[in-house]
Amino acid sequence: MDLIANHISHHFGDLAVLDDISFTVGAGEVVAIVGPSGCGKSTLLSILGGLLQPTSGAAELRSAPPADSLNPLTFVFQDFALLPWATVEENVEFPLLHARLSAAQRRALVEDALRRTGLTDFRQTYPKQLSGGMRQRVGISRALSVKPAILLMDEPLSALDSQTRELLMEDFVRLLADGGMGAAYVTHNLEEAARLADRIVVLSRRPGRIREVVTVPMTRAERGEGAAREKLLALQNQIWSLIRNEAIDAEREVQHA
Amino acid sequence: MLDRATDISAKDDTTRRVRFRGAGFVPASSRFGGWIALAIVIAIWQAAGSTGLVNPLFLPAPSAIVRAIYQLAMSGALWQHLSASLLRIGVGWLLGTAAGIAVGFAIGLSRLARSVGITFISALFPIPKIALLPLLILWLGIGEEPKIATIALGVFFSTAISVYSGVDAVPRNLIRMAQSFNVPFATIVRKVVWPGALPAILAGFRITASVALLLVVSAEMIGAQYGIGAFVLQAGNLMQTDQLLAGVVILSVFGLVVGKVINLLETRLLHWR
Repeated sequence: MDLIANHISHHFGDLAVLDDISFTVGAGEVVAIVGPSGCGKSTLLSILGGLLQPTSGAAELRSAPPADSLNPLTFVFQDFALLPWATVEENVEFPLLHARLSAAQRRALVEDALRRTGLTDFRQTYPKQLSGGMRQRVGISRALSVKPAILLMDEPLSALDSQTRELLMEDFVRLLADGGMGAAYVTHNLEEAARLADRIVVLSRRPGRIREVVTVPMTRAERGEGAAREKLLALQNQIWSLIRNEAIDAEREVQHA
Repeated sequence: MLDRATDISAKDDTTRRVRFRGAGFVPASSRFGGWIALAIVIAIWQAAGSTGLVNPLFLPAPSAIVRAIYQLAMSGALWQHLSASLLRIGVGWLLGTAAGIAVGFAIGLSRLARSVGITFISALFPIPKIALLPLLILWLGIGEEPKIATIALGVFFSTAISVYSGVDAVPRNLIRMAQSFNVPFATIVRKVVWPGALPAILAGFRITASVALLLVVSAEMIGAQYGIGAFVLQAGNLMQTDQLLAGVVILSVFGLVVGKVINLLETRLLHWR
């Protein structure tokens, strides 16, 4: 299943946020969306995931999702969005409660998701008892439980410390390795974009327009090797040079506001 | 050469301990402090009464109040008054709470209900509900109904306000999360909005319990033969201040018991906080 941004524009009142955005997230492909602060990255992801109606254009799906997918487009949120009154297990089970599944099927899906994210021993724990990294693992586990075709990740690592971020990035690489699941990955962190994405959509400052789409010329497996480090750094520098001046302008705009 | 980072033995005249500045602003109540203070106040009060420092007609000693409560209990009058008040509070509170929760959720979840409901609540909430008792007597007769309706009205408005405030306070990101998984509206209300609003709803219960107590006493003072409010008024009219204060103590104990019940509910239902 492909996810298509088809000439998406969006305004909040008089404020133009996105202007004519078009690109595709192919099946099993990871597309990072980067750009200066306030360029509409998260707004774009909300539109792609059906949580916000665009002013014009549309988010579209092409071809059928995998037969076993219970929620083809599934979000992983920056702030984790966990139910604080529910245990880890209950949080992971939450999106399955309304699905037409037997209790055994539901249990199996929850078990699988918990196992894949290393949360099996924390099933009875409440979110407040977990570190930020573990909370995001619960968010990822919940997303995996519905077997998504495409993950919509809104700065999933930005609320975490650098060590936890590194560990979770390795988890993402592992989860995305088999190519069965695609992702639209919004981030302001160019290292994350270069490590995880197949393509990087670079947006301009507000109203966000596509400045460039950069293809990462390596497989994700290759990027883990030491030799790839310089190439990835060069790629990050290339993207940074595209957005640096606009990032400075956006920062000034925020200061003046 | 010693490593400056690990050498802690080299001290001179300027070496001094960093002054601790982090004390205070963490008030923790001691377990028995309150009870000890209460016991001291009662002891002073008793001493003042026993030594004749205070005229027992104006302020009877605690022992006289305890005696009055005992006599009330033995004569059966206590249960007669207490059961009448409890029935009015119980029915009035339940009716007001049920209606308040329903309307509060409607206002919290529906645009139409919000625009209509908030206007009415803003207009009617400030009215002292006891002022409506004569009108309610006119409408409902002189039996239990107007007293129960007064309590229900008082409880309804506070409950509705705390419920829709609680619904408003449910983090929107949790609702968006549920929507992103195509969770149906009813399940979102049951599994996200209700538990999210529960802290505010229980806090509202604490307020409405006090409102109900205030209104039952007021209503019973205006027009009732039995009930703690009627008993207190009657004792006051007869200058039986020990009986009057016995009624006040019973009201205080009732308030304490309700507070404890709500504490228990919070501990059980909000253990995740």
